[in-house]
Amino acid sequence: METAELTQEEQFQTRIDADVRIEPKDWMPEAYRKTLIRQISQHAHSEIVGMLPEGNWITRAPSLKRKAILLAKVQDEAGHGLYLYSAAETLGASRDQLLADLHSGKAKYSSIFNYPTLSWADMGTIGWLVDGAAILNQVPLCRTSYGPYARAMVRVCKEESFHQRQGFEIMQTLCEGAPAQKAMAQDALNRWWWPTLMMFGPKDADSPNTEQSMKWRIKRFTNDELRQKFVDMMVPQAEFLGLTVPDAQLQWNEQKQGYDFGDVDWAEFWDVVKGNGPCSRERVQARVDAWNEGAWVREAALAHAEKRKQRAETAAA
Amino acid sequence: MSQKEWPLWEVFIRSKQGLDHKHVGSLHAADAEMAIQNARDVYTRRLEGVSIWVVESKHVHASNPDDAAAFYEPANDKIYRHPTFYTVPDSIKHM
Repeated sequence: METAELTQEEQFQTRIDADVRIEPKDWMPEAYRKTLIRQISQHAHSEIVGMLPEGNWITRAPSLKRKAILLAKVQDEAGHGLYLYSAAETLGASRDQLLADLHSGKAKYSSIFNYPTLSWADMGTIGWLVDGAAILNQVPLCRTSYGPYARAMVRVCKEESFHQRQGFEIMQTLCEGAPAQKAMAQDALNRWWWPTLMMFGPKDADSPNTEQSMKWRIKRFTNDELRQKFVDMMVPQAEFLGLTVPDAQLQWNEQKQGYDFGDVDWAEFWDVVKGNGPCSRERVQARVDAWNEGAWVREAALAHAEKRKQRAETAAA
Repeated sequence: MSQKEWPLWEVFIRSKQGLDHKHVGSLHAADAEMAIQNARDVYTRRLEGVSIWVVESKHVHASNPDDAAAFYEPANDKIYRHPTFYTVPDSIKHM
């Protein structure tokens, strides 16, 4: 009966170490709950705000096929946001509060969505690069210690692979097209490469929460590990497309069997995180407007449901 | 902006005929009809289901995980409920 001598928190850590999943009604340290609510809601917000840069191109997709695909992808992002909000709610967070925090700027979302989508090639680049980076972040989370989060991530990951492939196909089509199309693809890669590397977060040395999060298994690889994996994965794909990765320091390192690459502009990263990205204000404003303009719909639906319920009760009486 | 949240619903999906409904997650909706429509859009975009149940979350009663050890204890010492408890001679077939 050794466990009797362990504190509640030590017992909790023992379960985590044994890869036992934590479920909503289980005891958990307050800090674990808080960190998870922050991480899951930040992830949910990223999915929801992530619809905006792509939604920008739905009406201008070059063909009906591309339009249908892009619509389906954006709808998936909405779905991913909803899976994740519902996982956050199992920890006792309220949906309205989560949204209020996004709207007030208190809650963060992925810095990548604060960059503008200037050409059709950006749709290809977002699917190929940005979703590629998201997949690297997300696949390990399918084994995260919190049950509802892990289950939501399994669903997300299943759908994400379609996103990446459709993006790669757009890039491939452009790269095999006219010189102007290929130039458009290269321009998009030039603009998105560095912001995508920023998606993995600050360097390990500047990421003080990583150690605790790894211990709790709500993070399974460090930021730098994932960034390295991403570069190693993407460079050959860019070469296949005939595109040049915009990094003069990029070089294969035989010894480590991986690429050496240049440093991210961390001043830019922190500036975007603080809400000064090129589209930061526009993105949050779009969400606030959608919320405010939808208020009458939410109220009307509730009133309608209430009226029908009362009618049914009267009829039964 | 003084409004209530739409109620929370738990969603259960039968992935194909012959299988049980299985819990997949939750969502907000004003009433049951809307919950089913939303569940279709959120949880079955790729033919994941042929039937949907929704239950308002407040109606779900659950066992308490803190009592799990005592609660499931009665089954602990009844290994004779499992077929592996019994030895069957090698020469006996089809058992």
